[in-house]
Amino acid sequence: MSRKPIPQQLVLETATELMSRAAIDIPPDYKKALQAAASKETEDLSCFVIKTMLDNYDVAEEDRRPMCADTGLPRFYVKAGNEAVVEGGFIALEHAIRESVAIGTQQIPLRPNRVHPLTRKDNNNNLGIHAPEIEYTFEPGGDWIDLVTVHKGGLFGTDYRMLFPGDGIDGIKRFFLDTMASFGRRGLACQPAIIGIGLGGNKDTCMRIGKEAACLRVVGDVNPDPDVAKLEQELKDLGNNIGMGPMGFEGKTLVVDCHVEVAYTHTGGMPMSIHSFCHSSRRAAARIHSDGRVEFRDDPQWFTDFYRREGIE
Amino acid sequence: MSKMNVVKLKVPVSQEDVDKLEQGDIVYLTGTIYTAREGVYKKVLESGEKLPVDIRSISNVNFHCSPAASPNEQGGYDVGAVTATASFRFGKWMKQWFEVSGAKIIIGKGGMPEQAYRDVFVPNGARYLSTVGYGAGALLGRGIKQVKDVHWLAENGIAQAMWIFEVDEIGPFIVDNDREGNSLFVKHENAVNAKLEKLYEGLKPPALKRYGETTSRADEVIGEPDTQPIRIVNAMPTERSKD
Ligand code: SF4
Repeated sequence: MSRKPIPQQLVLETATELMSRAAIDIPPDYKKALQAAASKETEDLSCFVIKTMLDNYDVAEEDRRPMCADTGLPRFYVKAGNEAVVEGGFIALEHAIRESVAIGTQQIPLRPNRVHPLTRKDNNNNLGIHAPEIEYTFEPGGDWIDLVTVHKGGLFGTDYRMLFPGDGIDGIKRFFLDTMASFGRRGLACQPAIIGIGLGGNKDTCMRIGKEAACLRVVGDVNPDPDVAKLEQELKDLGNNIGMGPMGFEGKTLVVDCHVEVAYTHTGGMPMSIHSFCHSSRRAAARIHSDGRVEFRDDPQWFTDFYRREGIE
Repeated sequence: MSKMNVVKLKVPVSQEDVDKLEQGDIVYLTGTIYTAREGVYKKVLESGEKLPVDIRSISNVNFHCSPAASPNEQGGYDVGAVTATASFRFGKWMKQWFEVSGAKIIIGKGGMPEQAYRDVFVPNGARYLSTVGYGAGALLGRGIKQVKDVHWLAENGIAQAMWIFEVDEIGPFIVDNDREGNSLFVKHENAVNAKLEKLYEGLKPPALKRYGETTSRADEVIGEPDTQPIRIVNAMPTERSKD
């Protein structure tokens, strides 16, 4: 089989384009959901806030300026087909991704948000130790590489708790309510948001899949496991029944969608993480084929049957 | 949305215009506004440094924000998007700041405690406007026509410098405090809280409690024993599960 390497330059160009799409263009699934919410919201203030957000997306796209001045923390997700080869290898790929973050920060421009946690040193390019995060997964067969960037915002609305099997669904709901009700106050979580829930795994897996559920699954996507899908719907309804809308005003629109991902966990525990993908739900995805074609698309298609596999295969 | 009352004001704002604002009004501003937050407050109010300009003669609207600004080819600055920063952190400086600056309107994110409205805003005839969303950065960025000036940029950095903006119908902003100092946020919070307890009804207590879920630190963090049939694993030993 001829394995045509994907040029490093193409990775750089694609990643740079993704950076600006993410910062400026609201994903269509999110926008549509918000339009639907605006027509259903009966509280004046909440409705006004949602409509203002919709105006804001239009202005961002028309003026090509970031939708929010807090441009979040850029990160990348890479899914490589098993046959994919990158010119220069994966070191070159990471180089291209890091370079795209520096270029994007300057050109779009993004706010240089990344600082050293203690000294607060800022390299002014959103690069640093472990920044941007780059996560990998693999898929059988393909000779392509999927690049996804997410510019996650929000210091609020994310939490983790070790629950126990005896807590059951009640415990999940309680933690969900605690988090939604506290971070939604005065709109700290910049809701309405896509809420991602990680259930199970160990702590890091729980955080990872929860964040991926929030940031990498489109509005309307349903988990293929019927039990998980049922929980997704229940939590979404529960969140929207709190009676809180955007900015903490009375309203019905807190949760745009709720995505739950599960991982097998320790028999004694049921860890749970909650992540809010704020109303600047910035994500952009593209597939780079080995023949040089680049397909931009709205759905990151991160969660595949293979990614969620249970057995050896 | 049709029910929202929209008010367009010229800056500097007159006391009369400010006094007419009702809680929940939607406000757009035209004129000159400036940014000042902890970096500026500390310099002026704690270190006693002189303001670089006579701010009273320029504007009486203080925006709690840090712009995403970058230098342009003309030697000035372009502002892409603007988003407010949470104001409650600046409460301790506001009293003195009103005296020094003569500000009548504070714009920021999330409002301030009602106590601050009553004790500090009401006596000064000042009002608080919240940005909307809060991520409506592009919309607000469009309202900024020009960076007129910037002070303390080198010492304070982009985020904490004192920016003077010329704005044209910048907004929307929501009026938070009424003339008596009551907060719209608090009103809505209370309404939400009143219904919140109901949602917890019927949910069993957690197996392991955490600080914050109990009002007393002396409380036992271990909750009621599991009532679910899952008994295979001794996940969290409690008094009764020992037998
Ligand atoms: S949470 Fe999101 S919308 Fe809110 S300020 Fe941060 S990036 Fe902007």
